[in-house]
Amino acid sequence: MTHTLKQAADLLATGKTSATELATDYLGKIAAANGALNAFLTIDRSKTLAMAKVADDARAKGQAGPLTGVPIAHKDIFCAEGWKTTCGSKMLENFVAPYDAHVVTQCKAAGLVTLGRANMDEFAMGSSNENSAFGPVKNPWDLNAVPGGSSGGSAAAVAARLAPAATATDTGGSIRQPAAFCGVTGLKPTYGVVSRYGMVAYASSLDQGGPIAQTAEDCALLLNVMAGHDVRDSTSLELAKEDYTRDLNQPLKGLRIGLPKEYFGAGLAGDVAASIEAALAEYKKLGAEVVEISLPRTELAIPSYYVIAPAEASSNLSRFDGVRYGLRAAEYSDLNDMYERSRAEGFGWETKRRILTGTYVLSHGYYDAYYLKAQKVRRLLTEDFLKGFDQCDVIAAPAAPTVAWNIGEKSNDPVANYLADIYTLGVNLAGLPALAHPIGFGSNGRPVGLQLIGNYFAEAKLLNAAHQFQQVTDWHTKAPTL
Amino acid sequence: MQWEVVIGLEVHTQLSTQSKIFSSASTAFGAEPNTQTAVVDIALPGALPVMNKAAVEKAIQFGLAIGSKINRKSIFARKNYFYPDLPKGYQISQFELPVVEGGAITIRVGDEEKRINLTRAHLEEDAGKSVHEDFHGMSGIDLNRAGTPLLEIVSEPEMRSAAEAVAYAKALHSIVTWIGICDGNMQEGSFRCDVNVSVRPKGQKEFGTRREIKNLNSFKFIEQAIKYETQWQIEQIEDGEKIQQATVLFDPETGETRMMRSKEDAHDYRYFPDPDLPPLVIGEDWIERVKSELPELPEAMQARFQSQYGLSVYDSVTLTAGKDLAAYFEATVAAGADAKLASNWITGEVAATLNREEKGISETPVSAEALAQLIKRVMDSTINNKTAKDVLKKMWESGNAADTIIERDGLKQESDAGAVEAIIDGVLADNQAMVDEYKSGKEKAFNALVGQCMKASKGKANPAQVNEILKRKLG
Repeated sequence: MTHTLKQAADLLATGKTSATELATDYLGKIAAANGALNAFLTIDRSKTLAMAKVADDARAKGQAGPLTGVPIAHKDIFCAEGWKTTCGSKMLENFVAPYDAHVVTQCKAAGLVTLGRANMDEFAMGSSNENSAFGPVKNPWDLNAVPGGSSGGSAAAVAARLAPAATATDTGGSIRQPAAFCGVTGLKPTYGVVSRYGMVAYASSLDQGGPIAQTAEDCALLLNVMAGHDVRDSTSLELAKEDYTRDLNQPLKGLRIGLPKEYFGAGLAGDVAASIEAALAEYKKLGAEVVEISLPRTELAIPSYYVIAPAEASSNLSRFDGVRYGLRAAEYSDLNDMYERSRAEGFGWETKRRILTGTYVLSHGYYDAYYLKAQKVRRLLTEDFLKGFDQCDVIAAPAAPTVAWNIGEKSNDPVANYLADIYTLGVNLAGLPALAHPIGFGSNGRPVGLQLIGNYFAEAKLLNAAHQFQQVTDWHTKAPTL
Repeated sequence: MQWEVVIGLEVHTQLSTQSKIFSSASTAFGAEPNTQTAVVDIALPGALPVMNKAAVEKAIQFGLAIGSKINRKSIFARKNYFYPDLPKGYQISQFELPVVEGGAITIRVGDEEKRINLTRAHLEEDAGKSVHEDFHGMSGIDLNRAGTPLLEIVSEPEMRSAAEAVAYAKALHSIVTWIGICDGNMQEGSFRCDVNVSVRPKGQKEFGTRREIKNLNSFKFIEQAIKYETQWQIEQIEDGEKIQQATVLFDPETGETRMMRSKEDAHDYRYFPDPDLPPLVIGEDWIERVKSELPELPEAMQARFQSQYGLSVYDSVTLTAGKDLAAYFEATVAAGADAKLASNWITGEVAATLNREEKGISETPVSAEALAQLIKRVMDSTINNKTAKDVLKKMWESGNAADTIIERDGLKQESDAGAVEAIIDGVLADNQAMVDEYKSGKEKAFNALVGQCMKASKGKANPAQVNEILKRKLG
């Protein structure tokens, strides 16, 4: 039996299963499938079962919350006390976090049981999961295909039904693109909705945690746990706690869906475009209107992002110096040699590439031309989106130009990888919320996802739209056969 | 050729907050290594800084105290470089938009008064410490100090001598301790100075190339280092060498400065706004509250001492050298002592004794109330000034009150005119030679006779009374 998050919660609430039973069941599935998928980096049966027991005990005492005992996976970017937190890097291969990220604390408080740690591109840098130091994750729909990235482990685990849901992060599309590639639903919230405390930083002004699950409803339930103001993150927004499930059942009549014409030109694969067209037809049937809008500076998102994100990353990753924790080279001649060897051994190529790029764009004499210019472009891109929202309630867009590509296909071509991020980067630069949900399959049988972008704090509206779509379609119920 | 030295200071003052600038760890000095470190201070993955408002408030206090502009919005930036005691690989500081801009401080060298303008003061975090003892061939890292809040105060290059630079450093030290934002402990590194020194031919407008002397932690070292560096630069130029921009260290053992790194080796710090910290916004209400809670500042207090107590400029400046000293003076006056006498006693006998014992005013064993009692006994002629000094000495040693000592030791001044006359008659009878000398016009002999009378009275006679009676008898 596989379950959505909601189904698992209902089974627990009605006493039809226990947290221990659920956890044992999922651990068994993971043990069977992970060898092929490599979606999990760390499994710790005793820790998982101990958490399940705590959940069962709480329920026995009448202290269960709505999700107590439901198992989930955590992306290996969230520090969790006592768990290895590698961030997909050799640098942190043996790093056991001594504290919990805010997201982990919230999940624990809600009684969620950790099934394990989901694989990812090293330090969340990548869109294919091939940058993990611990081997690529395979797409459960086709083991030759990438699962997307950087949250490829989270998306693959949910798609393969190895976990009802997973936490993930999105800096330039790292929730939405793998969700699309794996045929699951993922939400990147408005910047500042989910605390970054304890979430290993890639690009601080862009990083945002969010849920990946089978359904929009599950995303709403998990976001209810993950979101909320946290004084330990100065960029966490001081908002009243909201219930993201509140608008799920609102009718879509009159919903204006904007289609940015720049997103549907050359470069978008025909099978993806066809699936989107079909999905929009469903939305129209639900009462939505489709209007054409323009995001004229869309193509500037790529250069802007690939200046700002590496700039922040070059500084964020300086702490991995081999001094206090993490990998330190076995042999070195002096301090500089220790830094150089430790970082040369500990970081993968993509991470090094971005550190070098970031160091370069922040250097004396280049800062204005690159970093400042990129920040100006960022403001312009944001303006484009806000103008777009004058004409529509949500923006529909591809999550990626194609379906999942083959493992190894682009691994020697970083620029091709970067260009594939064209539809997702702008959202992070503007700090907007966006969701991806499954809408069909491409010509080679790999999943296609639709991206819905909302105005600031429109998470409930995005979830409402996707949930209504999922009431009349069954793409989200499709599971790969392993 | 006549040379002129140009000096500017960058002073790192450690702000006396309970917790660190971006974490809740304690800032107390001297704890076991690495015991005062939150996740931010050891830069664990995922750790995030949170601004400590108490540190911002102290920066505002400083800005208001010296008439600076408090920027309503300032920006934290990352200064990137690798060093083992810098756990994040960057220091959070302020770069383009500091919290405090402008302002000025008055310094005095001899009788000269001068205003030194400040460029800016910005908030930043301190680094940890590398410990080289006890680790054979290795270095230890203590991160207790990492994240301690600092206010870096940058002056304009307006000082023209080592004496002016020291006067500036002292004035700044006095202000930050006065308003209570820094404990001023230079040994523990709470007040550290970087000094920029350049020389130029007198009359030339352009600055010479500067060298920066790093991390001086005593006024004496500041003076020695500047004097050595100035001389060194002049000699270099006179030998036909060019000064290269550099960072140098002062070695107190040799009294010399030596190069640490040249401009070519200078770091490219790759400053950029810290994306983890939103702009620091300071509202009017915050500034107004800090302003209303600011203590009376030295310059205002000096003016008040002059008008309220009729003190001289010199005395008012001396008494406001420290907040404790000024409070001691005012408490003495409040307890009934005449203000001018109190000023004389405190800046004279009390200060001299403290100096001798290398103590501060807060460590005096004679309370302001006790001193006031002593001064009142001079005022009501119970004892004379000379006796009072002896009494103070005894008070200092025993902790007894002035009245107790006067009573016990029978020091009460003899004011009975009859008794004094009797003593004087005796002295005159025994010192006919002196009397004759005086009468023959030797004024000095009169003083000698007064001295004899005082001696005969065992110091208890009122000198003024002796003077008067003696004059009458000899007249």
